[in-house]
Parts: sequence; structure tokens; C-alpha cells
Amino acid sequence: MKDRGRRTKKAPASCRLPIAQYFAFALVLAALTGFFVAQSARAQETTPSDDEVNAIAKHLYCPVCENTPLDVCPTEACRQWRELIRQMLAEGKSEQEIKDYFVANYGARVLAEPPRAGVNWLFYLVPPILILGGAFALFSAFRAWMKPKVAESDSGREAAGASSSDDEYVRRIEEELKKRK
Amino acid sequence: MTEETTLKKRGVPLWAQIIVWALLVGFLIMVGIGLKRASNPMAEIGGAVPDFRIVYYEGYEYNGKSEMKLSDLRGKVVLVNIWASWCKPCEQEAPELEEAWQLYKDADDVVFIGVDYVDTPEGAFGYLKKFGITFPNAPDLQSTISSILNRQMGVPETYLIDRQGVLRQVKIGPFASVAELQAFIGLAD
Amino acid sequence: MVAEFGFSILAVSFFVAIYSGIAAAFGVKKQSSALIESARRAQLLTFPLISLAAASLIYLLVKNHFEVSFVYQVTSKSMPTYLKVTAWWGGQAGSLVFWSWLLAAFTSAVTLRKWNRDIEFLPWIIVISAITLTFFLGLVVFFENPFTRFWQDASGQILMGMNGDPIKSVFMPSGALAPFIPADGRGLNPLLRHPGMVIHPPMLYLGFVSFVIPYAFAMAALITGRADDRWIRLTRRWALWAWLFLSLGLVFGGRWAYDVLGWGGYWGWDPVEIAAFMPWLTGTAFLHSVMIQEKRGLLKHWNMLLIILTYELVIFGTFLTRSGVLSSVHAFANSPIGPMFMGFVSLSLIASVALLIKRWPELKSEVEMKSMLSREALFLLNNLLFIGILVVCFWGVISPLASELFTGTKITVGPPYYERATGPLFAGLLFLMAVAPLSAWGHSTVQTLGRALWKTFAAAAVITLILFFAYTHNGYALLGFFLVAFVLLTTLQEFWRGASARMSAQKENFFVALSRLAKRNRRRYGGYIVHISMALMAIGILGIEIFQMETQGTVAAGQSLELGEYRVEYRELASWDDIGAGVNYTRSVVDIYENGIYLGKLYPRIDYYYDSQQNMTIPGQHATLRDDLYILLVDWQPVSAQGATFKIYVNPLVNWLWIGSLLFIFGLVFAAWPDRDPAEAPVRRKVRAENKQAIG
Repeated sequence: MKDRGRRTKKAPASCRLPIAQYFAFALVLAALTGFFVAQSARAQETTPSDDEVNAIAKHLYCPVCENTPLDVCPTEACRQWRELIRQMLAEGKSEQEIKDYFVANYGARVLAEPPRAGVNWLFYLVPPILILGGAFALFSAFRAWMKPKVAESDSGREAAGASSSDDEYVRRIEEELKKRK
Repeated sequence: MTEETTLKKRGVPLWAQIIVWALLVGFLIMVGIGLKRASNPMAEIGGAVPDFRIVYYEGYEYNGKSEMKLSDLRGKVVLVNIWASWCKPCEQEAPELEEAWQLYKDADDVVFIGVDYVDTPEGAFGYLKKFGITFPNAPDLQSTISSILNRQMGVPETYLIDRQGVLRQVKIGPFASVAELQAFIGLAD
Repeated sequence: MVAEFGFSILAVSFFVAIYSGIAAAFGVKKQSSALIESARRAQLLTFPLISLAAASLIYLLVKNHFEVSFVYQVTSKSMPTYLKVTAWWGGQAGSLVFWSWLLAAFTSAVTLRKWNRDIEFLPWIIVISAITLTFFLGLVVFFENPFTRFWQDASGQILMGMNGDPIKSVFMPSGALAPFIPADGRGLNPLLRHPGMVIHPPMLYLGFVSFVIPYAFAMAALITGRADDRWIRLTRRWALWAWLFLSLGLVFGGRWAYDVLGWGGYWGWDPVEIAAFMPWLTGTAFLHSVMIQEKRGLLKHWNMLLIILTYELVIFGTFLTRSGVLSSVHAFANSPIGPMFMGFVSLSLIASVALLIKRWPELKSEVEMKSMLSREALFLLNNLLFIGILVVCFWGVISPLASELFTGTKITVGPPYYERATGPLFAGLLFLMAVAPLSAWGHSTVQTLGRALWKTFAAAAVITLILFFAYTHNGYALLGFFLVAFVLLTTLQEFWRGASARMSAQKENFFVALSRLAKRNRRRYGGYIVHISMALMAIGILGIEIFQMETQGTVAAGQSLELGEYRVEYRELASWDDIGAGVNYTRSVVDIYENGIYLGKLYPRIDYYYDSQQNMTIPGQHATLRDDLYILLVDWQPVSAQGATFKIYVNPLVNWLWIGSLLFIFGLVFAAWPDRDPAEAPVRRKVRAENKQAIG
């Protein structure tokens, strides 16, 4: 879990209330419908390449087919969405704006991960808590197991092992081989 | 065995048992509910339809309002037609829907609402223009409407809601004729 | 005739399975060895019975009996015979028969073994496997019957039911005149017509089903209260084979995805993939932790828990794939068996956990843990990491379900979550793979471990430095390659040290020493080979995950696309029908160049299957140890061959993944191979005779 903090920045951070989403959608919609005509002429000059489109589509999921990233989804609907991305790119929209638009329109499931907001934090917090809890339980179990004997016999054997670890190793192998016979 | 070692070799403490069982049963119940929903994805015919918001597309409205709730339409028969511009079968029924709307719109007793399921604005407006659709149309923002009506939405699907807000009929797939549509709407009474 | 016969046989075997379970349980209660022997014979009978039913099904499949609805669904006339046979497991009903058949076979193999001092386990093993078998046969007999047929009435029309679907039944319904025979079947999903898909499901099922056996033994041990590690020793090989098959299933699945699905990858963290991966995780943890119980008498509870988890995850995974509760590209269509599976999972889970809690006090540890650096402590850490990955996967699969129930919103949990969450855990596993084999049972200290490890650690660090200056500054990649180098060097050093110790002690040459050493302790050295293969696979995974490049573009004939050191020049495109196979092929021809040097031609193509109306995108691949050039035909202009759209991936190092997989198979077969134990061989026959007397 160490790198979770570091990579947070890359992940989508659209965390708005539904009302705000409708509002955002209305804005985007107005912008799109209003500017389609005006933009189309300009867009043709700098049509974003397939690679630029795919770079964004890769991180979005097809809203109708399950668990399929937009960049590899072969359906007609997905082709339309890729064209939409291309169009929005041509209008100078940033990746974040495009993602926000998709979320506002098609819901949070177009994102590869749930948005980091509200109850969704539970989604991000449970696995590390469980794993750290497990690690703690294991560690305390170790301590409990080790208590009785640690002090006794070990220092002597360790000194013997230290003198020639290879001999010790051969001895161990032979011992185990004998055990198996 | 010494005192210490027998200590941790007793049975599972009660609190741990309770936690284990609670988690286990909770989990099973959750999956069970999920399974139940997966096997009955559609809103129940004869049941009240949960309320939802409708925000019409630019250029569309009903009674001068560009957004409303389903419950605002109590007292009227509501025909919710779900479509998408990428859906070929939807195109078959689009002219019939518009033709039927012309028959009903003046009486103002039956409301048609087109709901555009996961679509692009460009595709949607192209489609609406191509078939000259005049009845109110709205995008299914975040798939809210479709997930209320049918969690496994395919398009086209048409839902008939009566004057009391009760789901009366569902049609999966396109209508073949205006007559079929009229007969369908007739089922609301 | 054949359909009725097959169904009747299935029904009979269902009742035989029920009888064997009940007879075994009563046999224990009444202390009647005759009853137990009768249960055992009934159990043995299930295998030939289900084999007959399966043979009937295969006959129907191969002979194009489309009146049988299962045959209609999964085959068509144009399919080659071998695909018609493998269509057996290509649909829900058939694959359930396949499951049952494997389970009957494995249980029979177990009940036929010598039972001399473990005779008290036998009835309970019959009970547990009979319950599982009854469940699966019940599904087949009552819900997903592969032998149901379509019927026609006097006018030759297909007989329809009340709900508007054709009536399907094994025996003639009233109003029917004869079976209705469709002209052709719908054909197997083209995605499943790949050799990889022919092998992938049976491997997974083999793995799944063979884990039932260790589970049955574990339950038998719990029920009889035999708290020693006998059940583990008896099922060690089963667990290894089960793990091998499950791993192979996963690997074949990955290869199939890479070759057929056309998204440039082998693993997409899809819920259904994860459903197969989860029992693998617990199974792997189990394989490691049983060694602690065998050597040190520790962790008896934990091993029980692991095998219970593995079994439940097998059933739960099958449930997830088949119930429609999760939506996924792999999922079978919605089916009535969901609630049945749900009930079975619930009951078996509750029963297993209750049993474990009841016997908890009796599963005492015999020895104390001595050091946090001992082998057993590190194995426990390894278990923690595997279970951590399991938690991550389980949570990822279950939370879309929970989200929809509690908040009403659908969410996707995709690769970024899994990669970020499991990455550090996998890195931890690699580190342990390097360190743990050098630690001693019972006792290790920082000094002894450090002394054993510092050389390889330093060498791995040097390799990493070289990589840093020569190739990459990516921190994740460098850490990954460091760990891989550390594992490889340490494990190879272990081979070398073991062999050279024998060389000096036994005066053997190096290779003789090496092979004798390895054969003397197959499990350990097989395990080391598996570790090496895992490190090789990690190279491939690091390569494709971190360094994959892609580009897409539309080009006219004669134009090219460039990616990395490769140039792909589009030459031509042709499209034609293969009437016999019912497929339309659109095949493009491209020349590939590396740094201007011509390498050859590739043929990325799209196959369109008329019967199922589905496309398949088959990539053109140029594979080297350094990277794969992977070209997909995305789109083309239908009228002329003027322009075509290609998507090109360069997948660095990915072939190490497949090389590692091959080595993995070798290592595991090596480990699981029965050794000729000279001490035990002569005894065996005598024992079997005694055993017969005891039973008879």
C-alpha cells in the first residue's frame, strides 16, 4: 500500500454532488450544442490523432458493455464515444474535463475506479485496514509464540553456526535427507 | 501444558465467534440480495414507479417546463420510450412513435417522453432531427431512469405508466405499427 | 433414444451419489463396515455412470442432433469434430456434467487408495464428495439439463410453451408428435473456438475439482477429530496437482486472451478472471503453510481455514461466473441455478466454519515459534501477503455489488485499483521468495541470513544500477527488476551450493550431483524451479505493464506507421467468405521493419462468424525475447483497399511470461512427481492386501 499516496494525483478526482453534476452537464451540453457549428470548422484543422483519443479512452469504460475500456471496445456505441472524445479534445477540453463530462452523463461507472468522495472512501480504506490489521495480528501472534523459549538454548547454537555457515548448511541438507529416508 | 500455553488453546472466544458469524451472514445476505436483483432486474408491473427527474434536451420541453419529476405528471398516462442513437432497432419505431404522438398531443392526456440511454449529444441530436421527433426528449443522465426501470436495459424499451404512477405495461423491442402503439397505450385504462 | 438414455443415466447417478453419502454417514453411526463398503462401491459406480452420460452427450454433439437444445446452442454443422467434442464444456449444462464427471473420477481415485491406518477418514470423504457431487448432478438433472429436446406438433410446427419460448423436455410432452430438428445449430461462440479456449476451461475445472479432495480430507479430519497432520500428508500431492491445473488454467486463459481478444493484453482484472484467481491465491498460501505444519506442527487452524477458503472460493467463483450476479464479459447467461449455488455456498460455508470452531481447541500447536526470521515466520509472512492480495481481489469484486445495493450507483473497479493495491504485495512476495529459502526452520538470525544473502543482494544491486544507467529510470521497474534478479540469483545459488556440497561429499560431478540433489527432495527443488519461473514471469509482467507502447492510425496502401524501433507498412487487404466454415475473413498484409531492416510479413485479420454474428480480431504477432510487435486490424474501407486502420502495440519482454509458464509447468510436475521411495515400495502391496481384509 506504500505507493497509494504517491499515485493519488493521477487518479480521477471528480467528486461532486448530483445537483452540481446536472449543472455541469447542462453547461457542457449548452457549450457543445452551441459551439458545434462554430467549432467544426476549426476542429478540422487540428483533428486530434487516434493516439491522443486512445490515451483518454483507455481510462474510461464503456457505459453499456461491462468492464471494457473504451479504447478497445469494438461496438458502434463505443466508436461514437471515441469520436466524442476527439471532438472535445479538438475543442481544447482537458482530460479531466472530458472525464467529468462522461461521469455527469453516464455515471461513475465509466471511471476505472469509483470517485474518491463520500462513502467511496470506504472502498479505498477497507483493504489497507484489513491488511494492516492482519499484519498486526500476525506480529502479536509471533510475540506470543516466541515468549516461552527465546532466552534459552539459542545463543550457543548460533555461535557454532557462525564459525562455518557452509558446514552448517551441508549438515542441514544431510539431516533433512536422512529424515526423508 | 503450562498455564500460559493452555490460555491460547482454549476455544474461539465468544466475541470472535459473533464477529465471524455476523460477517459471514451479512456477506451472504448481501450476495443473496444482489442475486435476487440480478434475476429480477425490471421494475414490477403493477407496482408504483419510483420517482425520477427528467431534464429535457435543449429545444424540448413539456408544458413550458424544461425539467420536471415523473410525479409532476400524475393524472396523465406516461409513455416512457428508451432509445439510443447507436441502436438500429430504435430507428424502426421512431417514425411510428412520432406519428402516434401527433394523435395524442392535443388531448394532453397521454405524455410521450423519449429517454436517451447512454448516448453522445451529437448522435442524439442527429437522430432527433433525422426522424423529426417533437415529443419531449431527455437524456438518461447517469443512467438513473433506466436503472429504476430496468437494471439490464436494452434498447428500445417502452414503459407505460398509468395516471396513478403505476407501471402497467412494458414492451421490449420496437413497435411495428402505430396501431400496436395505440393498443399498448390503451392498456393503461 | 440417446438423449433419454443419457438423461436416465444422469438421474440414476444422482440417486447413487445420494445413496453413497447417506450409506457412508449411517455406516459410521452404526459402526457397520459393510455399509461403508457399500457406500464406497456406490461411489465407485458414479464414475462409469457419469462417463456413460457424458459419452451420450458427446455422441449427440458429434452427430449434429440439433433437436437437443444444448447441441443446438453450442454446435453447428460447419464446426470441426474436435470442436464439437470440446463444445461439451462450452455451455452451462455441459460444463456442469464435465464438473461432475471429474469429481466422480477424482473421488474414485481416492477411494481406491490404500486405507490401512486412515480408514476412519474414508466414510467422511465419501460423504463430503457425495454431497458436492449430488449438488452438481442435481443442478444438471433438475435445472440445466443438457438432454432436453425441442418438439413439434402434428403440423410440423415447433411446440411453444406458455411463455413464448419453445418447450424443451427430455421425454415427449403431450401434444407433441416427434422431436423438432432445427436445420443447423447456432454454433459455439467464436471466441471459444481457439485451441487455448479448448484447454483453458478443462484445466480450470481440473484445478477446481481437485481442490475438493484436500477439502474433503480436511473435513474428515475435523469430523473425526484427528488433529494430526495426516490429512495434509495424504493430500499433499492432490493439492500440488490441483494447483498445477489451476495455474495452467490461468496461464492458458491469459495466452488465449492475448491471442484472441485483441486488446494487447493477457489479463484485464475482470471479475471472472479474479474469481478463478482467488482460489489460486489461497491454494498457493496453503501449499506453503502446510509445510510449516509438517515440519513444525504449527498453524493447524490456519491450514484448515485455508483449505476451507479455497474450496468455498472454488464454489463461489463458479457461482459468480454462472449466476449473472456479476456482469462480466466472461459470464454465462443468466440462469436459474444462481439461487441453488447461493444455497450451497451458504450451507457449506456455515457448516465448515461451525465445524472448525467446534474443533478449534483440539488443533493445538505442538511446537513453539522461536524466531521472527525463521522459515516458518517468513512463510507466515508469505501467507499474509497472499491473503492480502486475496482481500484486495475479493473487495474489488464485491464492492460494485455492495455499491449498487447501498448507494444505488454502479461503479467499475478496474485495473488501476488492482495494480496499485496488489503491486506492493507482489513485490513483498518476490522479496520473500529470495529470502525465505535461505532461512532455517526454527531459528534464524539477522547475522546468519545476512551472511547467506549479502552476495546475491549486492549482485542484484549491481544489475539494477546497470539497468538504471543503460535502460530505464522508472523507479517501479528498477525495484521490480532488482527483486527479480535477487530471487533468480539467490535461488540459483541454492542449487549451486547444494550441488557443490554433494560434489565434495559424494565425489560426484556437478550435473549428477545436481540431479540427485533435486530428486532427493523433489518438493524443495521443484519449488525452487517454480520460484525461478515466477521471477521470469515477473520480468514479462513488468515489461508489458510498465513499458508497453501503442499507436493507432489509418494508412493507405504503401504508407506506414511507426512505433519505437518498428515500422509497419500496409501492403494490401483481402476479404473473402469461407462458406463451409461460415466465416468471412478480412486479412491485411503488412511488412514490418526494425530500424529499417525488413523482418517479414504479418497478417492481422478480422474473422466474422455468420452464425453468431460476431467479430474476432486476430493480431499479427512478431515475437522475440526482447519484445512482441502486436498488430491489430481495427477498421478498413470496405469498397477498396485504400485505407485501413491499425492499432500497434510493442509489448516489451512479454515472452518471458510464457517462457516462465513453461518452466513453471516443469517445476511443478517435478515437485509433484511421485518419488520411488525405496523404503516404502515393498510394503505397499502387503498393506493393500491387509487393507482389503480390513474392509471386506
